Amino acid sequence: MRNTFAEALYKAATANPDVYVVVADISPAGSMGKFREQYPERFINVGVAEQSMIGISAGLALKGCQPFAYTIATFSLYRPFEMVRDDLCYQNLPVTVVGMGAGVIYSTLGGTHHTQEDIAIAGALPNMQIVSPCDPAEVALATAWCAQQKNGPVYLRLGKAGEPVFTDNAVDPWVFGKLRCIQRGSDVCILSHGIIMGMAMKLARQFEAAGKSVSIVSCHTLKPLDRAGIAEALKSHKHVVVVEEHAPHGGLASHTKQIAWDSRAQCRLDVFTLQDEFIHNYGSHEDLLGAHGLSYDRIAAGVGLS
Amino acid sequence: MNDAPRLNSFDAAAARQRCLRYRKRILDISQQVQALHIGSAYSCTEIVDCVYNGLMRRNGDGSSPDTFLMSKGHGCMIQYAILEDLGVLTRQDMDLYCKPNGILGCHPDYGNPGIEASTGSLGHGLSMVVGMALAERGRRTSGVIYTVLSDGEVQEGSTWEAVLMASSFGLSNIVAFVDYNNFQSLGRTSETHPSFFPLVDKFVAFGWETVEVDGHDPAAIHDAVVSRKGGKPLMVVANTTKGKGVSYMENVPIWHYRSPSKDEYKKALEELEAAQR
Repeated sequence: MRNTFAEALYKAATANPDVYVVVADISPAGSMGKFREQYPERFINVGVAEQSMIGISAGLALKGCQPFAYTIATFSLYRPFEMVRDDLCYQNLPVTVVGMGAGVIYSTLGGTHHTQEDIAIAGALPNMQIVSPCDPAEVALATAWCAQQKNGPVYLRLGKAGEPVFTDNAVDPWVFGKLRCIQRGSDVCILSHGIIMGMAMKLARQFEAAGKSVSIVSCHTLKPLDRAGIAEALKSHKHVVVVEEHAPHGGLASHTKQIAWDSRAQCRLDVFTLQDEFIHNYGSHEDLLGAHGLSYDRIAAGVGLS
Repeated sequence: MNDAPRLNSFDAAAARQRCLRYRKRILDISQQVQALHIGSAYSCTEIVDCVYNGLMRRNGDGSSPDTFLMSKGHGCMIQYAILEDLGVLTRQDMDLYCKPNGILGCHPDYGNPGIEASTGSLGHGLSMVVGMALAERGRRTSGVIYTVLSDGEVQEGSTWEAVLMASSFGLSNIVAFVDYNNFQSLGRTSETHPSFFPLVDKFVAFGWETVEVDGHDPAAIHDAVVSRKGGKPLMVVANTTKGKGVSYMENVPIWHYRSPSKDEYKKALEELEAAQR
């Protein structure tokens, strides 16, 4: 995702001289190096100074530019929180705050590098939009969208590296603010976003092996959430499953439960999220998800597949 | 005809008269509300006047290629008074200050006429100024970004991130002022952080061209900016008096926020009118 983002950003910057990237001492992976070489005046490295990264992005946007503030998710959203709130959201400026490596992807770096409540926090801010692409192909589309939108601030939640593509044959196009059906079925609907989509795909295959017709949906826009789309998914399937690498509150899972209540949904609804806990585990990304209770086997058992 | 934006000629005597007029206007407004940061506005009256009426260049249509951002947002009454004087804000805007149908509050709000950024939370302004200055540079436009910081605000870590940024990026198109009135809400700034002073040394150490002036001397403020060497961002440490111009407000912390009573209003008006004569 990191490289795809850099490539998409480079393309956007080539097409639009107002696109800037303000980074906080992050390695110029992939095409970010090309961006820096080609457009040195629009590649701004603030060093280890994330509050200023956001403020500078706001200043650029106040002058009509289209900046991306880019670093590891905890440092792009949590560290400069009041700058995100006041400078970007209160002033409603079209700045994209890129959270790289969200969730518990930094699985050996400890809790200071985990971003498990970012959607809840960003989602609580008026004017903030949240996009969480599920694969590199969606990263490219989302980045291109962010580079030209003028609605206001965006929190773009990314994975890290090496993610597979899930949406090559998606039945729906990527449209900001709309659910995106990757495949359409009639019995079970799996709602997910971000790179944990891989687990959702695996779950779908197992449902299908058990004779179920399965919808898989990329809920890439978390704010504004496509509430009508989710209500429809709840209505048109007997069983809806949410798989989300985020805390239990304020993310897709809790919103889906609210929508289920509001729309008097009759289906079975199972949600699987990270825990509302700091964990002190190390290992692979999968190990960390497992420590939070998001192992594939537990999910499969939870939905009645094992 | 040369259409390039031009600098107004600066008449210090006229500036003094304007500043008295602005202080009176702020005093009038103070009678409409329970609280406003009158002491903070009086402290930077000459600075903000000099920026708008002496430093910012004007295009033929009255617009400016330059930008002023009030980083110490609580001092915005002086900005409002000047914007009214320039015809950017209306008398009605001012009459509705802090009222339900109005647009103006105790801190500047982006989107209001003449207001370039929302401030009020301290330590945000200078980074936005850096971003604006980078945008000017990226577009190869000549705009100068002016800002006023409070001395309390200089205690914010985020201010120092931006101080570092401006010099590292060589942003000579930034002109910042510290309204050094030596007061913050709880007392003297120099007592809160004695080792923070002298301030000038700190900005010099961070790579800014730095100059110290009497912040109530219009000519000195103007000269400090127009006679700058250039090549670096400029920090003007302006020595000021909180509540300047009204004897009982000067250096009395309660006037950070309080509005004068009727009697106090009368006394203040008398003093300002006497100074005008």
